[in-house]
Amino acid sequence: MTSTTKNFKSAAKTVIKDTEVQSHLKGLYSGFNMARIHEAEATPNWEDLQNRAQAIKFHTIENLDYYLDMAATNVEKAGGQVYFAKDAAAASEYVLKVAKENGVRTVIKGKSMISEEMELNQQLAEKEIEAIETDLGEYLIQLAGQTPYHIIVPAIHMSRGEVAEILSDNLGTPKDATIEEMAGAARDELRDKFVQADMGITGANFLVAETGTLTLVTNEGNGRMSTSMPKTHIAIMGMEKIVPSMEDMGIFLRLLIRSATGQRISSYVTQVTGPRASEEEDGPDEFHLVIVDNGRTKMLADPNLREALNCIRCGACLNACPVYRKVGGHSYGWVYSGPIGAIVSPVLTNVPDAKDLPYASSLCGACKEACPVKINIPRMLLYLRNELTEGNYDPTRKKSSIGEFIAFKGWGLIVKDPVFMRIANWLGRLGQWPLVRAGQLRNLPPPLSAWTRYRTFPRLVKPFRDRWKSNEQ
Amino acid sequence: MSNVTPDRVSLFVTCVVDQFYPEVGEATTAILRKLGIDVEFIESQTCCGQPAFNTGYWKEARPLALKFLDEYGEKPYIVMPSGSCASMVKVFYEELFQNDAETLRRVHDIGPKVYELSEFLADVIGVNNLPASNKSGRKVTYHEACHLRRELGAVTQARSLINTVPGMDIVEMEQAEVCCGFGGTFAVKYPEISGAMLQDKIDNIRDSEADTVVACDSTCLMHIAGGLEKQNVPVECVHLAQLLDEAIE
Ligand code: SF4
Repeated sequence: MTSTTKNFKSAAKTVIKDTEVQSHLKGLYSGFNMARIHEAEATPNWEDLQNRAQAIKFHTIENLDYYLDMAATNVEKAGGQVYFAKDAAAASEYVLKVAKENGVRTVIKGKSMISEEMELNQQLAEKEIEAIETDLGEYLIQLAGQTPYHIIVPAIHMSRGEVAEILSDNLGTPKDATIEEMAGAARDELRDKFVQADMGITGANFLVAETGTLTLVTNEGNGRMSTSMPKTHIAIMGMEKIVPSMEDMGIFLRLLIRSATGQRISSYVTQVTGPRASEEEDGPDEFHLVIVDNGRTKMLADPNLREALNCIRCGACLNACPVYRKVGGHSYGWVYSGPIGAIVSPVLTNVPDAKDLPYASSLCGACKEACPVKINIPRMLLYLRNELTEGNYDPTRKKSSIGEFIAFKGWGLIVKDPVFMRIANWLGRLGQWPLVRAGQLRNLPPPLSAWTRYRTFPRLVKPFRDRWKSNEQ
Repeated sequence: MSNVTPDRVSLFVTCVVDQFYPEVGEATTAILRKLGIDVEFIESQTCCGQPAFNTGYWKEARPLALKFLDEYGEKPYIVMPSGSCASMVKVFYEELFQNDAETLRRVHDIGPKVYELSEFLADVIGVNNLPASNKSGRKVTYHEACHLRRELGAVTQARSLINTVPGMDIVEMEQAEVCCGFGGTFAVKYPEISGAMLQDKIDNIRDSEADTVVACDSTCLMHIAGGLEKQNVPVECVHLAQLLDEAIE
């Protein structure tokens, strides 16, 4: 997907002014976020599950080559084919090749974030292969020509009116259709496609290395249809989606589902191992697993960022994040949004272009508190900020924000010495008096006008250090 | 709770309190003294380095962190009226010196000796009843400072201290644990986002119908008070230290 991370600021401003979208985003707090908290509290060993999941993830990522190899061997043993793609282009090329070999005309797709990285739908369309998203939210997004707004609820930003409009344009439902009518129309349309399709493409929530089993978590059953009805099934996954054993699934499913939607279990959990075996009644003739790197080895190589690969894409950090709930998903400018997106998107695309993402956080830690695998997101945001200011990603950056550099250098000189602080305080008090109105600074010049647009600022006063002396006397 | 009650603590007042809110430092000192604890003020203290660290200027933050370690390294009890500055020392110095084993040892050493004020009062001193009263008849709501909650894990301390004051019960606002949008330079770099977060906080405070907002960090209070003032909302912002000092006989 082409990245528009550069436009973060302007995109965010637009969303903040959009009252309709704001009301949907606000609902994430009272909805999914509170549901997660409720379910976590109702699970007696929640913290224990978190600790175990975190340990398994760290272990798996540390030994990723070993587990990838194990996974590939077991998928092949079950009759599947495995392809390692170094980037999005290679992954798409492979999918197109398999489609061509099988004379594929229609593809049904389960939800997959990695296919967004690949822009797979466009790639298929260029080859005149029709691809239809089968997750209802993704389907709406596709019809509207957009990208997902949220990892779990891709169409969270759409109003009922917009949905009615989209479905009316595409499926001819009346504009005042009820929700049931709209869902029914989409369902009828999708059912037909499920029957016609000659290939299914899905993502992967997990791949169990010891058995080569793909695990998909859905609420609409579309994952099951996409993996079992067409003759060919391709599953695409980021290389971090591996878990070592089937036993681990018990831990991860409990954490993932509760954290994502606050359900105890989703309507469907689909597990498939290879293509249809001779004794089985349904399933595809061919099963392909595409394991994609697309920049993930960069994260793996950096001990300060590696933890981002522990993510199980539950979306809890998005729902918990007060910044995400203001700026929405599209502002982040690439596939992944919210707190985890603020790390993954810059690193997988281009950090200097995405420099707003690690900075656009108050570092409140709500993400870390929400994360089922305890990923310390603020720590990584801080690390990226330092890498940016030190010019480790972009040597020209020091020049581009020279004002800020000088400000912090100057500040550093003053605060290292209490005498300088006294002098600065004294000068500041002298200088501020024309600006003080009723005890507060109300209109500061740029860049501090950014502060006074929304708040007043306190004035400098005789510092504590000087008052302390008079206390002692 | 520890068995020994310290008779002397070293106060780190923080740069924001020093420059803008000296009354918070004075209230902190006064409470500690009322509890029979001597307060030491190390005059050379300035800043823990957090503003630079948070903005990515780790090189500029390090000398300040080292200065703090030099000044406070030997002190058995270090008390700060700020969860954020305490987090800086206890949590983030570790990041700052991740490649400096020698300093890292000093960081690990000092961490357990640093206390945010409410933690110190509730966990170390074990304050659970106070000769106090709600003198001004305040209707108090409590804003949870982010670093206090999520870096230090102190969720109950301040609330229980407030509720210890006879006649003072917290009226909880909605989303008390959600960030007010301050975030240091974030507030200036992304004013629209920060401002929108602040608006939610203001709305929730207003809806609570409290007349006083209490928090354990002067920076959050600076942000919230600035927003309330800008919109002429007649709600007072008070640091926990001030609230308790006012209440204690
Ligand atoms: S970072 Fe944690 S909370 Fe966020 S999506 Fe990943 S697993 Fe979920």
